[in-house]
Amino acid sequence: MILWTLILIPLLAAPVAWWSESRSREAPRWLAAGALTMNLILALFVVNQAESGNGRWLVETMEPWISQWGIGLHLGLDGVSLVLVLLTAFLGLVAIISSWTEISTRIGFFHFNLLVVLSGVFGVFLALDLFLFFVFWEVMLVPMYLLIAIWGHEQRRYAALKFFLFTQAGSLVLFVAIVALATLHGQHTGTPSFDYSALLALPIAPTVAWWLMLGFFLGFVVKLPAVPFHTWLPDAHTEAPTGGSVILAGLLLKTGAYGLLRFAIPLFPEASRDFAPVAMALGVAGILYGGVLAFAQTDFKRLVAYSSVSHLGFALVGIYALTGLALQGAIVQLVAHGISTGALFMLAGALQERLHTRDMRCMGGLWASVPRLSALALFFAVASLGLPGLANFVGEFLVLFGAYARHPLMAAFAAAGMVIAAVYSLALLQRTFFGPQVNNVVPDLSTVAFVALIIMGAVQVGLGWYPGLLLATTKPAIQSLLPADHLAVRVAESGKGTAFRNAKNPVELR
Amino acid sequence: MTRADLMALLPLLTLSMFCILTMLAIAVRRHHPTIAVLAAAGCLVTIATLPFSRSSQSHPVTDLLVFDSAALFYMGLLLSATTVIIGLSFRYLAVQVRQGEQSEEFYLLLLLATLGALVLTAAAHLVTLFLGLELIGVSLYGLIGYLRSRRTSLEAALKYVILSGSASAFLLFGMALLYFETGAMVFTDIGAHLLPATEVSALWLTGFLLVLVGVGFKLGLVPFHWWIPDVYQGAPAPVTAFVATVSKGAVFALLLRFIGDLNGLQVGAVVQLFAVLAALTMFIGNFLALLQNNVKRLLAYSSITHFGYVLVAFLAGGPLGAEAVTFYLVAYFIMTLGAFGVVSVLSEAGRDADQMDDYRGLLWMHPWLAGVFILMLLSLAGIPITIGFMGKFYAVAAGLGAGLWLLVLLLVINSAIAVYYYLRLVLTMVEQPLLPTDDVRVEPIGGRWIAVVSLGFVTAMLLSLGVYPGPLMAVIRDVFDPLLRPMAAS
Repeated sequence: MILWTLILIPLLAAPVAWWSESRSREAPRWLAAGALTMNLILALFVVNQAESGNGRWLVETMEPWISQWGIGLHLGLDGVSLVLVLLTAFLGLVAIISSWTEISTRIGFFHFNLLVVLSGVFGVFLALDLFLFFVFWEVMLVPMYLLIAIWGHEQRRYAALKFFLFTQAGSLVLFVAIVALATLHGQHTGTPSFDYSALLALPIAPTVAWWLMLGFFLGFVVKLPAVPFHTWLPDAHTEAPTGGSVILAGLLLKTGAYGLLRFAIPLFPEASRDFAPVAMALGVAGILYGGVLAFAQTDFKRLVAYSSVSHLGFALVGIYALTGLALQGAIVQLVAHGISTGALFMLAGALQERLHTRDMRCMGGLWASVPRLSALALFFAVASLGLPGLANFVGEFLVLFGAYARHPLMAAFAAAGMVIAAVYSLALLQRTFFGPQVNNVVPDLSTVAFVALIIMGAVQVGLGWYPGLLLATTKPAIQSLLPADHLAVRVAESGKGTAFRNAKNPVELR
Repeated sequence: MTRADLMALLPLLTLSMFCILTMLAIAVRRHHPTIAVLAAAGCLVTIATLPFSRSSQSHPVTDLLVFDSAALFYMGLLLSATTVIIGLSFRYLAVQVRQGEQSEEFYLLLLLATLGALVLTAAAHLVTLFLGLELIGVSLYGLIGYLRSRRTSLEAALKYVILSGSASAFLLFGMALLYFETGAMVFTDIGAHLLPATEVSALWLTGFLLVLVGVGFKLGLVPFHWWIPDVYQGAPAPVTAFVATVSKGAVFALLLRFIGDLNGLQVGAVVQLFAVLAALTMFIGNFLALLQNNVKRLLAYSSITHFGYVLVAFLAGGPLGAEAVTFYLVAYFIMTLGAFGVVSVLSEAGRDADQMDDYRGLLWMHPWLAGVFILMLLSLAGIPITIGFMGKFYAVAAGLGAGLWLLVLLLVINSAIAVYYYLRLVLTMVEQPLLPTDDVRVEPIGGRWIAVVSLGFVTAMLLSLGVYPGPLMAVIRDVFDPLLRPMAAS
């Protein structure tokens, strides 16, 4: 029940927030912030409850929904979900704070959409029924589209449409794969089922598994996004309002990664292992390509957007390295990227609000006039380039470490991405905040935004110095996500060991 | 004719009686609200008679008609749709009909066309097939051209008369060939001719194809779709809704029975033909919709595409195929009625609201109306929590269950393409309005609440069945499982 509360609070607060605009212009903001604070508290409360779970899941709830098709309202929370749920509530609050002064028209409808997106994201991180998962997956889409299309910048129509078309095309492929999987279950056992645990136990012929895995991979990787499906991302991130960019970069991209490690790999372990080199190569390509393109940008937000492509390349490499270490790294990377990029988008939004441009050629020497903003930009830029002691470093290091065990060459190329990250991050700082002053004096960061960014910085430092907390939370979940373990479970359950090749050496977790 | 036969016939008899009553009432006193209420009551009373007509097995009444649970389900669906359309028409006619024109006969024609549709759902004989089709067709001639002072309306009516006439000619010729070859006019007997032989005679196939041309025309399948955009654009918006839902839905119910009784899907050539039709219909409907700037034309092409999707479910065959078709049709009815309902509510005197500019900034001027329209469009695009998504899910599941990988893939590709033009319309609605928001138009004509109730009903169905489709699925499964007509054997 507590899991449903997490989803329903933002969903029910959304129409109220819309309506409340007629009472007061500030009411929707406070309402939305209140709803997410409640969610954050609730999620922290779940951490305490953790022991009461049934082993695999910390909290689980299951109700029938469409019984004819074996579709259930099945939610479950493990360490990975928990971390991402916390991130969602946190970044949701950040998004509301960052739009506090920026959004001045149709405030009610803005927060309506924001809350519905977040509700969808919570659902995605919690759903354990593939049909339910897909419903939440799509619920995120339309309000996000409206956020970009209504409150975005100059090219918003184009960007919003491109975002929707790309992700919808990916989703439909995913949808067909999901339905096909459920149909297979129907053919095998007599009743179709969309339930995660039922499908995990389903034996699938290798060729079919390969095609279905490809469908899942495509659906998720468009959202992630990996090269060559990334072209919607720079446009959408650049044109979205600040709050929208924070949610896009911080949360929506994570849903793609989450889908890969929750569904694509455990459901098709053998096919995923065969496919892993390709996926890792795509990840490495994303790291290098995104980094190089980021360096070439003149638009502040576009630069950050391309850096996202690069950072999520690390996540992809980490996920498909299929070692415990790399997977842990990928999750740290997801969290760290969510915070550092969210903060950078927030700063970009603050700059645009003050200077009415995102073009870095029209900026320079800002440190003198906005020291607080500039100092924070310095902090998050070096965080994003992977400075040791901050969270991104932990993520990237673990990914590289874990991936090296499987594909040393890929890991080497990926490591080169960290050098490129240093180049574009420092270039960003130099072009914008140092050098001769070209802009008029503008007011510095507001106190609310300042406090929010300081908290985000504190989280970065905390995770950078003491990642053990996060790693310990996700460790049990990751162990059960790894193909090797699943293989053992499956063979034991189905008794059809011949259908599967033996696992490679089981992987030791740190 | 036994008492049981009469009971089975009750829905048709009731609706016929109401047609006559309406006609007499118009002769006695021309009063728009009275006639509208009478017509709506006719539909509702007929719906109320459906349970009486129900029997445990399918009940043939002479050779002409069969009353089984599928027929009754479709009757209920069609009658509900007509009721909603009457609700939408009332205010529309009050606004549109000018001095010297009458609005009462509109309802009479609507009831007659619905009667034809009901006959089609129960038809088991070539004669009833033709009778039903022509009853719909002839009533529609009048309905499409009803606003006779509009040039586009007349043009659409003329186009429909000519093309529909030639389609009927094909249909008749096809029937003649089938009769010539088999000596039978009852569907099952025509099919029985097929059963022993593994290969079909050329004459049989030709006759079948010609019948299919006639049916394909009514359904607007590519390449028989040429009339759809013009008629949709020219006809008054509620009539467009009627053509898109009741007329097409009844014909598809007929097609289900016809192919089922004939064992049509056992014949490889027929399956291939339908597969090609489905692929063409999806792609061409979609591509033409991409080019449209007129909202009614856009919805017209989108409705063509949707019948391509229905054909995919149809080709899956078996009870699952029939279920998927029926569920999809219910979804299609709901979203199409909603979309055209919004168009008719927005129409001002003299013209329909069919330009993109009519919708610019609608979300800020009429948030509720725009909200309904956005929901309908998202449902047409197949986005979750709407019934359109459940319909698409059913179609995909049926297609995959039958191993129609290629067709399902085409369906998915087309769904992705279709998102573009639905979103364009949504985008138009969220833009800044052309007029200042405070310029609220005065609505002097009463009866707005009826349209509001109709739209509210449709929207409630859209969402409730989208979130909780279980009960409807159970009903549809009940309808098709006990039957297991020959089609199901495949």
